[in-house]
Amino acid sequence: MTLRTLKALMLRLGFWLLVAVLMVYAIFPFYYAVVTSLKPSSELFEVSYWVDSLDLANYATVLSQPTFLAAIRNSVIVAVSVVIIALLLGLTAAWALGRVRFRGRTTVMMTVLGVSMFPQVAVLSGLFEVIRTLDLYNSPGGLILSYTIFTLPFTVWILTTFMRQLPDELEEAAIVDGASPWVTLTKVFMPLLWPAMATTGLLAFIAAWNEFLFALTFTLTDSQRTVPVAIALISGGSQYELPWGPIMAASVIVTVPLVVLVVIFQRRIVSGLTAGAVKG
Amino acid sequence: MITRQRAATADVAGDTRDAAPLERQADSLHRERGTRVRRRRVRAAWLFLAPMLVVLAAVAGWPLVRTFWFSMTDASLASLEGAQFIGFENYLVFDNGWYGIMADPLWWQSVWNTLYFTVVSVALEAMLGVIVALVLNARFRGRTLVRAAVLIPWAIPTVVSAKIWAWMLNDQFGIINHVLLGLGLIDAPLSWTADASLSMWAVIIVDVWKATPFVALLVLAALQMLPSDCYEAAKVDGIHPVRVFFRVTLPLIMPALLVAIIFRALDALRVFDVIYVLTSNASSTMTMSIYARQQLVEFQDVGYGSAASTLLFLIIALITVVYLYLGRRQLGGGS
Repeated sequence: MTLRTLKALMLRLGFWLLVAVLMVYAIFPFYYAVVTSLKPSSELFEVSYWVDSLDLANYATVLSQPTFLAAIRNSVIVAVSVVIIALLLGLTAAWALGRVRFRGRTTVMMTVLGVSMFPQVAVLSGLFEVIRTLDLYNSPGGLILSYTIFTLPFTVWILTTFMRQLPDELEEAAIVDGASPWVTLTKVFMPLLWPAMATTGLLAFIAAWNEFLFALTFTLTDSQRTVPVAIALISGGSQYELPWGPIMAASVIVTVPLVVLVVIFQRRIVSGLTAGAVKG
Repeated sequence: MITRQRAATADVAGDTRDAAPLERQADSLHRERGTRVRRRRVRAAWLFLAPMLVVLAAVAGWPLVRTFWFSMTDASLASLEGAQFIGFENYLVFDNGWYGIMADPLWWQSVWNTLYFTVVSVALEAMLGVIVALVLNARFRGRTLVRAAVLIPWAIPTVVSAKIWAWMLNDQFGIINHVLLGLGLIDAPLSWTADASLSMWAVIIVDVWKATPFVALLVLAALQMLPSDCYEAAKVDGIHPVRVFFRVTLPLIMPALLVAIIFRALDALRVFDVIYVLTSNASSTMTMSIYARQQLVEFQDVGYGSAASTLLFLIIALITVVYLYLGRRQLGGGS
């Protein structure tokens, strides 16, 4: 074996080692959560790397708690409503920003970008007042309203980017036929924008599903909590006796749908993230 | 689109130069119709923008103004309406000694913690992100699988990843201590989240794990758009790959990396969830967001808490402006 082939072999080995380390680093924590969630509580405090026994007691514990089920219901309601609102408002705004030239367009774009850079805490007390005035405190409505602050800006940006990529001829034909902007948007653009809408909808769903600060601050009772807050507030007899088994089971339950979505729509998500960022 | 349509009308005008007056009249009618369509489109554009602008004003603009206002009052959570104007007393006031946020050592510590957390975690994410992107950009079997796997940490809710890592970093039963003890790297279990000197690192570990995929994806997108010819030239010239990376690749992906860095930095400066779940309100990891929320909600002091929020907003705005200015200048000078 010559020195050159040895070197090439070492390089190849090093590369595959790097890939392996990367895979373990990315997957292991979630894998370990799954392993922990499937352990009986008596074995919880012995470290093990494999699932020895399939014990579903932790899942039974979590799923028999009405507060956790309520949290899942609330999270679904909030996330789905946020996606619908963000797409609806985002799509009309994206048509205006992407297809029409008018004075003040850049200002609007910059305002939207500025809002996406807001620290959420900066509006916390003002938003609290708005939500209380509208009588939405401690209800999903308050969260749906407040979540538009971070879903709307990126929805508008990404949809505008995609809207600009569509050819002009489409719309010209519609204008010659005397179609109104609304008809053009719904009949011409929407069918073509489905992929982009799926991407942004997915990103908005993930963002709403994962949000914590507003959900923690704008809800008060267990029946109105969302999933992240419910998990964060699971507690045991004392600070040092956290029920790790049920916590891990709850974590797995709320994360599996997201992981499945991400693995299936990997390409779409990547294109959405880069479209939003490159223009930003 | 509009310009193109105008060009079309101009063509028509060119063709009909020698035509009868009647047709010329038709042409001017056509042009008039063009501007009318255009005007109608602009009006429709504002109409279509209105719902989004109204919602953003309600959830962002107005609350921001109200937060500024509250920061100059003695408002409390129980009586928002009865708030009295007190000027800058929440920020800094002299009353036989300095009082207010800027005289609070804990606030200064939270500022320092936030900056430390931001610089360290974003630097690590940028470095790891570039490495991960380079790996994913190589051609190998199973690349799609690895790419999907790398996305997983990004998809997991922050609260959940904080909980999972809290369990892995558990001082008595955590797998990290188990592994480190097994390898002989430490003599006694470390209490990652309770020990003041370690807890910031625990937070950074979780954040880097969660956010590196985002940086990697943006850099990967830039890598895939690089021209292959300069690499072939470098290969022919026998230039060392490491040198090629620093001389060719890195400068070319720099714009994407800078975008990723500012996105991450803005996120890190307002960090809340990871820290709230991992270490709660401990002073060793208290950031500006944690500080402001504690004042607002737990101590119910809306005036003081709003002042802390406002300072966070101003600091982030300042850093953004400086970064954009420096970034633009550097990019301008480089090209």
